[in-house]
Amino acid sequence: MTRFVPFILRSTLRNKRRTVLTILSLVISLFLFCTLRTVITSLASSLESASTARLITRRSTSLTFMMPASYRDRLAQIPGVEDAAYMTWFGGVYIDERNFFAQFAVDPVRYLAMYPEYRLTPEEKDTFRRERTACIIGEKLAQKYGFKKGDRITLRGTIFQGIWDFTVCGIALPATPDLDTNWLLFNGEYLNQRMDDFGQVGTFVLKLKDPSRAGDIARIVDATFANSAAETKTETEKAFQLGFISMLGNIQAVIYALGSAIVIAIGLVSMNTMMMAARERTREIAVLKALGFNDRTVVGLVLAESLLITLVGGLLGAGLARLVFTFSNFTGGGFFQQFRVTDGTLAQAMGIALFLGLVSGLAPAWNAARLRIVDALRHSG
Amino acid sequence: MDSPTGGRPIIALRGVSKTYKRDTIEVPVLAQLDLDVAEGEFLALMGPSGSGKSTILNLVSGIDSPTAGRVVVAGVDLGSLDQAALAAFRARHVGFIFQSYNLIPVLTAFQNVELPLLLTGLDRRQRKQHVLDVLGIVGLHGRSEHYPRQLSGGQEQRVAIARAIVSDPSLLVADEPTGDLDAASATEILDLLGRLNREFGKSVVMVTHDPRAAERAHRVLHLDKGVLVESVQRDRP
Amino acid sequence: MRLPIQYNLRNLVVRRTMTLMTAGGIALVVAVLVLTLALAHGFSATLVATGRPDNAIVLRSGSDSEMMSGLTREAARVIASDPAVARGADGEPLALSEMVVLVNLVRRGNPTASSNVSVRGVDARVLELRPDIGLREGRLFRAGMDEVVVGRNLGRRFEGCGLGEKLRMGGRDWTVVGTFDAGGSGFDSEIWGDAEAFLPAFDRSVWSSLTLRLKDPGALPALEARLEADPRLHATARIEQEYYRAQSQQLAAVIRALGLFLVVVMAAGAIFGALNTMYAAVGSRSREIATLLALGFPPRAILASFMVESVLLCLIGGVLGCLLALPVHGMSTGTTNWSSFSEVAFEFRLTPGILATGMLASVLLGLVGGWFPARAAARRPVSEALRAG
Repeated sequence: MTRFVPFILRSTLRNKRRTVLTILSLVISLFLFCTLRTVITSLASSLESASTARLITRRSTSLTFMMPASYRDRLAQIPGVEDAAYMTWFGGVYIDERNFFAQFAVDPVRYLAMYPEYRLTPEEKDTFRRERTACIIGEKLAQKYGFKKGDRITLRGTIFQGIWDFTVCGIALPATPDLDTNWLLFNGEYLNQRMDDFGQVGTFVLKLKDPSRAGDIARIVDATFANSAAETKTETEKAFQLGFISMLGNIQAVIYALGSAIVIAIGLVSMNTMMMAARERTREIAVLKALGFNDRTVVGLVLAESLLITLVGGLLGAGLARLVFTFSNFTGGGFFQQFRVTDGTLAQAMGIALFLGLVSGLAPAWNAARLRIVDALRHSG
Repeated sequence: MDSPTGGRPIIALRGVSKTYKRDTIEVPVLAQLDLDVAEGEFLALMGPSGSGKSTILNLVSGIDSPTAGRVVVAGVDLGSLDQAALAAFRARHVGFIFQSYNLIPVLTAFQNVELPLLLTGLDRRQRKQHVLDVLGIVGLHGRSEHYPRQLSGGQEQRVAIARAIVSDPSLLVADEPTGDLDAASATEILDLLGRLNREFGKSVVMVTHDPRAAERAHRVLHLDKGVLVESVQRDRP
Repeated sequence: MRLPIQYNLRNLVVRRTMTLMTAGGIALVVAVLVLTLALAHGFSATLVATGRPDNAIVLRSGSDSEMMSGLTREAARVIASDPAVARGADGEPLALSEMVVLVNLVRRGNPTASSNVSVRGVDARVLELRPDIGLREGRLFRAGMDEVVVGRNLGRRFEGCGLGEKLRMGGRDWTVVGTFDAGGSGFDSEIWGDAEAFLPAFDRSVWSSLTLRLKDPGALPALEARLEADPRLHATARIEQEYYRAQSQQLAAVIRALGLFLVVVMAAGAIFGALNTMYAAVGSRSREIATLLALGFPPRAILASFMVESVLLCLIGGVLGCLLALPVHGMSTGTTNWSSFSEVAFEFRLTPGILATGMLASVLLGLVGGWFPARAAARRPVSEALRAG
């Protein structure tokens, strides 16, 4: 087939304006497709990095309810639990509401050891334990606002009223690039003191000796506190985060619906173009057949041409999405941990391009195969 | 039955009829036609529009099939071939020359001529050799990189002729090859066809309205309403 | 001199495959536009319909939402006796101390998915303060009992929220004894029960908010001034309806922005399609155009005629797109409102205004997509066009 390549190229470039317009619309639609699919994969990847070897215990009523800090000792004694540490959602505002990032008041002694995937030096960890108003921030947060060690960060409390000042004592580096580092941790004892020793915490993180027993241990934990003043709900870290995604409602269905609308819309555009192109060339195809090109070859040429257009469009669109989102560091204003167009997404985009090429080439190819040379040559004399 | 020139027949039509259906009306175009064309013969078909001369051309080149009768070309009974085999037959045995040249506008003269060779097993170097050879024969040596719109009508038709002969078919069919040309160019094209016939032994079947074109032929058949009404035999010029 | 519009219509009909395909592309763009607008509108309409213009909601100063707010019983009593507050038939102030918490409930039919639902502790006065809300099935909860009533949207969306079912919250089981209809407002996504029963169950000692009927909505500034003047109260008041509207703004703006992004990008793709079609139309009719020019039609008329045709083509797409979006009207969906962190159910609402926006967008696409081809047609020299036939 390689010997036909020059012919196919020439043919494709015959009406440059039309080919360029068609490719552009394909580029746009596949760029959009990649963007939408990356929304889904980014949400999913936040789950990928979530551990199934850790459990999260919260109040069964809802996350907005707190439980006694004294639960820690009882949790740590449950067989199979290696260690337990509290973390409390702080929900403060940095300057104004638009600068959203997660803040947690955490167990200063035990929490950091439970998350070895965030790298800190021993000195940093030590300072965090000792200094009451110390905080540790993730690498991404540090980059976003240009925070350095020793900087002061002021938050306005919403759940815990007041103005809160913290000093950055360490910047956590992620062990793998897909880990979220858009957060701030501070010493939970400081929160407790300012809240008049209220002794309440939001959630506990449990480290397990044997992750395969996660389900059993979660049940034991919840049974331990059943019918107490603060009943608990325990699930793996992954299931816990999945809960947040399910709160968004049927976002996945909406995205799939939009994605298909886009693909269909552009499918129509490219089909239309291929049919226009083929119609104008009815006579040429008849000539090729008269010269002895058989139906298979003619069909192959027509299909190759439409595939060339859609694949070029696909390559540009998917490549553009990859480049744009890789180099712009887009995170949807912090909504996504990261927004990376995966290889799977690229492959799917190319699959769609291939499909569009086949579908849009189909009708013209079918017509070309059926074309009666005598009729075609007579008509356009 | 011997052909008029005594050679082996390259075309043999036996009892060929052709009827077109236009809506519900049947239009007979050819009726019970017998025709032989000898190898190496130059045959001209003349007649008014609708007389069936183009139909004969279509039948012998395998782009149309008869309603009844047999068409044998180069020893092959075309009725026994399917579409793919007919295409292969055309590629091997028939060279087409059209009134309006029908060159592919986006391809250069070279690429247009190369088209039929893409269907053969020849490699790039061999194809190039063949194409340059035939462009030389039609006198377009330095024009191989020109596009059709950069050529005159006569030159375009010569490219078309080069395309027709590049795969070395035994039969050339020409449908009004001079119909769109001025007198001088027409003469050049007819000279070229005559040369191909004489020097390269190509059998030529040509439909024409132009009596001067017909003069180049060994034999002129006049058709009217699908029937041969007159046959004029000439000496080879 | 103008060319008759029938000329354009005929041409669109003759090339119907091309017309339909291009119009189909436009239709999908218009449909996406209309749907996102309907979604954003439905969401804000739901929250705007929540609350009344003559009710005031009092929160702790500095709190943006009921979740973050807290008012002591003492403060609530003082505020309720403010002169701006209307009085009921019994002479008591029309004031409602409310307690709101979020409860995580499991979605019906999907045990692994859950969402937060607002649970509101009220008293029997609630229907007096919110007269637009009525019981639909069953009866109201009784004071001091473990009973709740639920909004009409809740029963089929969350486990345990059907009439007669039991709901586990705060370590106790609550029986759903009735459902209420809040007219499609945000209250329809809430669970209501007796505040005095809720307080101990949810381990609360303070109210979340206080809802007041104002004698006159104009009295709000005076009320606010008195609240601010009393440092013991630490409270601020606003009109109930405005409070809920503010809660819808953030998410509605995000939906609109995302929708706009999608539509703008898709529209660019569709314009390329329209350009292709119109260029093809111009190309296949160059002899016709030349004839018209030769007959004495000014180039302006040719330009206008092709613009008309392009707009017609896209209008067909616009109508198709609106028709495509129409069945979605009234379909309900739900998402977590980021401002309150609780799930709100709402409906897609197609308004005439939204449909008109869709049609307007299609006309715009037609104008943009038609301009260059139409100009190319009008600028063609007659002689060249006649030759090109």
